[in-house]
Amino acid sequence: MFALVDCNSFYAACERLFRPDLQGRPVVVLSNNDGCIVAGSEEAKALGVKTGMPVHLARDLIARHKIAVFSSNYALYGDISQRVMATLETLVPQVEVYSIDEAFLDLSLMGEAELLPLAQQVRARVARWVGVPVCVGVAPTKVLAKLANHAAKRYPATGGTVVLTDPARREKLLALTPVSRVWGVGRRLMGRLEALGIETALDLARADSCMIRRRFSVVQERLVRELNGEPCLSLDTQPSPRQQVIHSRSFGEPVTTLPPVRQALSDFAFRAMESLRKESLYAGRVTVYLRTAPMGKPQQLFPNTLSAALSPATADTRVVVHQAQALLTRLWKQGYRYGKAGVILTDLRGRGQVQSGLFTSEQPAEPDSGARADALMAVLDTINQSGAGKVWLAGQGMQADQRSVWAMRRAHLSPAYTCRWSDLPVAR
Amino acid sequence: MSALPFFSERIAAGFPSPAQGYLDEHLDLNRLCIRRPASTFLLRVEGDSMVDAGIFSGDILIVDRSLEAVAGDVVVASLEGEFTVKELQLLPTPMLKPRNAAYAPIPIGDDGVDLFGVVTFCLHALRGRG
Repeated sequence: MFALVDCNSFYAACERLFRPDLQGRPVVVLSNNDGCIVAGSEEAKALGVKTGMPVHLARDLIARHKIAVFSSNYALYGDISQRVMATLETLVPQVEVYSIDEAFLDLSLMGEAELLPLAQQVRARVARWVGVPVCVGVAPTKVLAKLANHAAKRYPATGGTVVLTDPARREKLLALTPVSRVWGVGRRLMGRLEALGIETALDLARADSCMIRRRFSVVQERLVRELNGEPCLSLDTQPSPRQQVIHSRSFGEPVTTLPPVRQALSDFAFRAMESLRKESLYAGRVTVYLRTAPMGKPQQLFPNTLSAALSPATADTRVVVHQAQALLTRLWKQGYRYGKAGVILTDLRGRGQVQSGLFTSEQPAEPDSGARADALMAVLDTINQSGAGKVWLAGQGMQADQRSVWAMRRAHLSPAYTCRWSDLPVAR
Repeated sequence: MSALPFFSERIAAGFPSPAQGYLDEHLDLNRLCIRRPASTFLLRVEGDSMVDAGIFSGDILIVDRSLEAVAGDVVVASLEGEFTVKELQLLPTPMLKPRNAAYAPIPIGDDGVDLFGVVTFCLHALRGRG
C-alpha cells in the first residue's frame, strides 16, 4: 500500500506562509527570469491564470484582480519542502521524496482500517507543523496513489484524503479519469492510446496487457498492471547517484558581447563546482552551452554546445573554470544575441574512482594540484559557507553591479524568511 | 549557533587538579532551543507590546508550530494581515494579552484566532545587535 502526499499549490503556499495579508488572495509565482507563470494559488487559477502563461499575457488579469506576483524563491521553497519531508518521516518510516512538493509513503505495514486515519493525520500534521496544505492519496500501487491524490485535490468533499482500496470505488474513479491524467502518459502516448480507443484510465486498465506490451513496451504494460492494483513500482528511498550537475541561467536581457558571458560562465562553473564538492564528487567532463535569445535573429548558433574531458577528474574550480573559458572561446560567434548560457558537469565519480594520470605523480610536482588543490577548495567552501564573507575568482566579476548584465531578473523576489537573519518575518 | 564545549568541573582556585580538562560533551544551543526543527521558525520582534514579559524590539523569537497552545503561552498569531506576539489568555474570556500597560488586550471572538505557533524561547542580545 502506498500514499502519495502532494502539496497544494506549493510555491504559492510558501509565499503565503509568512504573509498573512495574502491569505485568500490570488498569488502567482514566476519562472526564472520572471518570464512565465509557473505556479498559482487556487484563487489565481479560478481567475483564469494558467501555469506556463507568459507573464505579459497575464498583465491585465494581474492588475484587474490585484494578484500578488512573486519571482521564484527556491531557497524558501527548498527549506519548506525539507520541513514537509521531515514531518512525514515522523509518521512513517519509509518516505520517498519524489519531487520538491511530492512524496510517496510506504504503508505496507498498516492495516486497512488504519489507512484513512493515517492519511488524515498526515494532512493535519503537515498543515499544523509546517503550515502548507497537502492532499493524500492512498492505494495499492503508486500509479493508483497518484490518481487517488488527484481526486483528493479535485473533489473538496473528500476532505483532501482519498483511500482507494475498494475495487468498485477505484473503477468509478478510473472511469472518470481521462487517460492523459495517468502518471507516465505523455502527449504522444496519449495520441497513440486514443487511436486504439483508449480514452479513460479504465479503458487502459482493461486493455490486454500483452497487447500493450507488444505495441508499446514493458513500461506501459506495467502501467496497466498498476492500474489494476498490482504493484510493479516499489518505493525508491535511495536517491540515485547524481549523473550531472547543471548550472545555467537566462540572462536578464540579451547579451551581444563576450565579456559578460565570460563572467557568467565563470560564475556558473564556480557554483556548479560548489555543488559537486558538497557531494564529494569529481567531474570527468565539462560541457558549455550557449543559447540565442528567443526573440533575436532567427538563425540559431550551431554548434551551441562543446565539451571537454577533464583528466584526471577534478574537484578544482580553477581547472574547470579555465576549461569552460577555453570552450567558450571556441564556441563564441559575434553577431548573435545570447539569451542563456550554462555549464554542465558529467562523468561524475567519487574520490576512490578517480584515476590519476599516467604522468601525474603521487607527490605532485606542481604545488597547485592533487591534495593541495583539495585543501584549497575546502578552505574556499568553508569561507563561503561561513557567512563571514565571500571569496570568488576575479573572472566572475568584481562587484555585484558589474554582474547585473547577466544576472537573472527577479524583480518580485520575496525575502529569504527562513535562511537569512536580516530577512526574518516580523511579529509586533 | 555553534557548539560550545562544556566542562562540568568546578573551577578551583589554586593548584590545578590532574583530572581537569576532560571534555564531557559539546553543548548545542540548537538542541536546547529547537526541539523540532521541521516545525520551528524564527521571527523578529518589532515594538514594545511585550516588554513586561521580557520580550523587546529586535529580539528573535523561536516559534514551534507543533505545540498545542495553552493558557499563559506566549504565541504568535496572525491578525489583520500581520503577525503579532502576545500572551494567550483563555479564562475568563479568551484574549491576546499584551504585556505592556500602554496596550489594550485583543479579545478573541467566536471565530477564534489564527495561531502561527507557540513561542518557546526569546533571544535577547545584551551587547551590540547580531
